[in-house]
Amino acid sequence: MQVMTPLETMAMILAVAAGTVITRFLPFWLFPESKGVPRAVAFLGQALPPAMMGLLVVYCLKGTDVLGPTHAIPEIVALVVIYVLHRAKHNALLSIAGGTVVYVLLLRLLTA
Amino acid sequence: MQPSTNTPAAAARRAAAAVRAAFPHTLPVLMGFSCLGLTYGVLMASKGYGALWSLLMSALAFGGSMQYVAISLLTAAFDPLQAFLMSLMVNARHLFYGLSMLPRYRGMGGARNALVFLLCDETFSINCATEPPADVPAKDFYLAVSLLDYLYWVAASFVGGLIGGMLNADLTGLDFVLTALIFVLFLDKWDRREERPSALIGLGAAVACLAAFGQSGFIIPAMGVILAALLLGRDRLCR
Repeated sequence: MQVMTPLETMAMILAVAAGTVITRFLPFWLFPESKGVPRAVAFLGQALPPAMMGLLVVYCLKGTDVLGPTHAIPEIVALVVIYVLHRAKHNALLSIAGGTVVYVLLLRLLTA
Repeated sequence: MQPSTNTPAAAARRAAAAVRAAFPHTLPVLMGFSCLGLTYGVLMASKGYGALWSLLMSALAFGGSMQYVAISLLTAAFDPLQAFLMSLMVNARHLFYGLSMLPRYRGMGGARNALVFLLCDETFSINCATEPPADVPAKDFYLAVSLLDYLYWVAASFVGGLIGGMLNADLTGLDFVLTALIFVLFLDKWDRREERPSALIGLGAAVACLAAFGQSGFIIPAMGVILAALLLGRDRLCR
């Protein structure tokens, strides 16, 4: 196994960090507070958050494989449990904990 | 007479109040980041990179998925340019977090740079879906959520590096807590009738692009479709 020299490792870390930092700061550099934000961008600031939450849900579940060994049963059942719990109790922590427990139990039952 | 808010004691009280308000919201992140961060540190150690390297990477390049990708880059030929470009691609979704948070992080002065640096998936989700409590300034609340999430990740990856291969507990599946968190926050957005069309656009675009482009390349096309759909439907979405 190949391990880089400390200097090389440091350069790699800084390269990865630069990419991450640029993606986070770019919108704030492009639209500084001192200048007005174009109306289309202001609109996006309002309309994007719900759309990004939708994208993130899919991003979290992207590895789910309906044809895999568990047939995505843990994911599907856990999401249903979260939905029902959240509708019934409106308690975020309870919904999250309930869904996760169901997911872990089903995953272990089906892959044992 | 108005009590001074500039003494160290008052500042500490303010910070404590913000952390108290933020902590319950970050509990699922604490659990999820503990699992994923520990695993990250263990993996790095298994490739010959000890706890300090994990700590440094997590502290500077704070971003889970790219850090996992970077493990394989660190074991390949030295190519920082490739690492930089890949980091831009994998992290491109942050561009949209920034656009979404422009109005919320407005007027926050020096704290804004910290808030932007710490803007990961989970922190974005909490800060864009949660209204800060009335008795805590929004800036303090956002900053407390951001810092707590960051600390969980950095600490967990460091501890993972320390224990290395000694980790016997089977953490498989526990990282689902982050999916559950995102799903719950999505449901909260979904419940607001005026936000539902936009949530549906995001969900639909992501599913369609996942089917068309596959797991590794769907985020950027999905972002394009979302942008086009929102801007085209702007008049109707604006109500």
